[in-house]
Amino acid sequence: MSQLALVIDLNVCVGCQACVTSCKQWNTSGQAVALSDQNPYGADPSGTFFNRVQTYEVGTFPETDTIHFPKSCLHCEEPPCVPVCPTGASYKRKDNGLVLIDYDKCIGCNYCAWACPYGVRELDEKEKVMTKCTLCVDRIEDLSLDETQRKPACVLACPTNARLFGDIHDPESLVSQAIAQNEGYALMPEWGTRPANHYLPRRQASAIDRLLSETTEQQRRVKTPSDSEGQGS
Amino acid sequence: MNPAFSVILLTTLIGVGQGLFMAMVGFEQHWIGAQTVMDHGFYIRMDFICLGFLICGLGASFFHLGHPERAWRAVAMWRTSWLSREVIVLPLTMVCIALHALTHMLAPEASGLMGLVGLVCCLALYFVTAMNYICLKFLQEWASPLTFFNFTLLGLASGFTLANALCVGMGTPMDHLYSRWAIVLTVLAAISRSLSLYRNASLRPRSTLQTAIGIKNPSIRQISQGFMGSSFNTREFFHAKNRLFVQSVKWGFILLTFILPCLFLTLDLDPTQASSPGWAWGSFIIQYVGLIGERWFFFAQARHPQNLYYQSTA
Ligand code: SF4
Ligand code: SF4
Repeated sequence: MSQLALVIDLNVCVGCQACVTSCKQWNTSGQAVALSDQNPYGADPSGTFFNRVQTYEVGTFPETDTIHFPKSCLHCEEPPCVPVCPTGASYKRKDNGLVLIDYDKCIGCNYCAWACPYGVRELDEKEKVMTKCTLCVDRIEDLSLDETQRKPACVLACPTNARLFGDIHDPESLVSQAIAQNEGYALMPEWGTRPANHYLPRRQASAIDRLLSETTEQQRRVKTPSDSEGQGS
Repeated sequence: MNPAFSVILLTTLIGVGQGLFMAMVGFEQHWIGAQTVMDHGFYIRMDFICLGFLICGLGASFFHLGHPERAWRAVAMWRTSWLSREVIVLPLTMVCIALHALTHMLAPEASGLMGLVGLVCCLALYFVTAMNYICLKFLQEWASPLTFFNFTLLGLASGFTLANALCVGMGTPMDHLYSRWAIVLTVLAAISRSLSLYRNASLRPRSTLQTAIGIKNPSIRQISQGFMGSSFNTREFFHAKNRLFVQSVKWGFILLTFILPCLFLTLDLDPTQASSPGWAWGSFIIQYVGLIGERWFFFAQARHPQNLYYQSTA
């Protein structure tokens, strides 16, 4: 049995939100329910998204890192959201490990969202059913698409290739290799959910990196007085 | 969590209904043995009142659903889902209560057995309702057997308080039987609820921002949660009330659910006099209002680990 998953490289994600918009575009335009927006141009805009990119500051100044952190359903191998669903609308596919929701069966009780520790399920305000990332099941299984296109929309959209897609049960796959070689990790391991999606940690800045950034800093300091002269006040 | 009023009503109303049925059936043999004036009409009326509470609770639960017209589908996954089991046991309990009334109309000799079956169903319903919360292990405030004891004892206490009020209201002689039991059960519920308040106050969340994003640095600050407005994740899991409000609800429910009803019921215990409807009804109404606060606090107090991801709008 395979287990499809995303591997997200925190070294190269620049927080551009291309995965967020391409996800919304693809998943709102298909055969399944549209992902509604409420008040998109007003105060307190809201809407359904399968994928959100968050930003964290790690460390204390001057030793700080800015981490852009994309988060969507992790397609857990032991998904706590599935057994709690009273209707069977939430299920895990045996053949490829995708955790999916049958929108026609969902009664919108929210119980599965309560049971997911990661906050990635969103009840659509208009359709009143639970929604979440499908890993673009309608792309990756569409044999009419060219094979290079049979990937989740977010993976194709990412300009820095921060998102890898593949079968983590196949040790030869790109994703398995990436996890093995870069100490890929899963979120909140304490609950035994065994998320399929993994993250590649920031590599420690090497001595050369440090030297480089120090030189740039010095150059910046040297430049500053002449720069500010021209600006007037 | 953000408490949903429909679920607060569901759990408190069916709790009262179950407690009332258990109060009535628990002493059915007692009354018959004592050759009192309990006629079949008494049980039939009480059964209908129990059913009323269960129906109102079930009705309230529909307001929680996005697609109530598909609610029937919820019986499907009883093998794995406690919610599905609750959806089965609740109507089953209602059928048992209706049959209990029917036996009192048509075949009184079968009423004892039917009452016993209904009693087991009521207990089972307390259990499956509580398991819905206990089974979510990362909601640490709920994941404790105390949740079951609280739901059961609070339901029983309010059921007995209502039984007392109803009997006084119907002018039924009862030697303060229900009010004495209501006091005992309210005290037991107070002990169990205090234990869970104590336990929850000293809980340490197992998930932290470090485990949430998988970075070990002790200093992590969220700059952006990924959107400027609100989302399902910010609406469903945050109650957005300040500390003062939450603390007031806590002390309010302790006063209304436990202290005042016990006081009123005890004041009314004079063996030489019949109970007064004012005290009896007052205790029930105050206790039920307190229970709404208790259940609100139960939901509000649970800190969902997903909240770690939604701390800052940037
Ligand atoms: S991330 Fe949440 S919704 Fe996705 S499979 Fe895991 S528990 Fe379920
Ligand atoms: S909201 Fe839908 S998918 Fe989630 S538990 Fe309820 S019925 Fe199942």
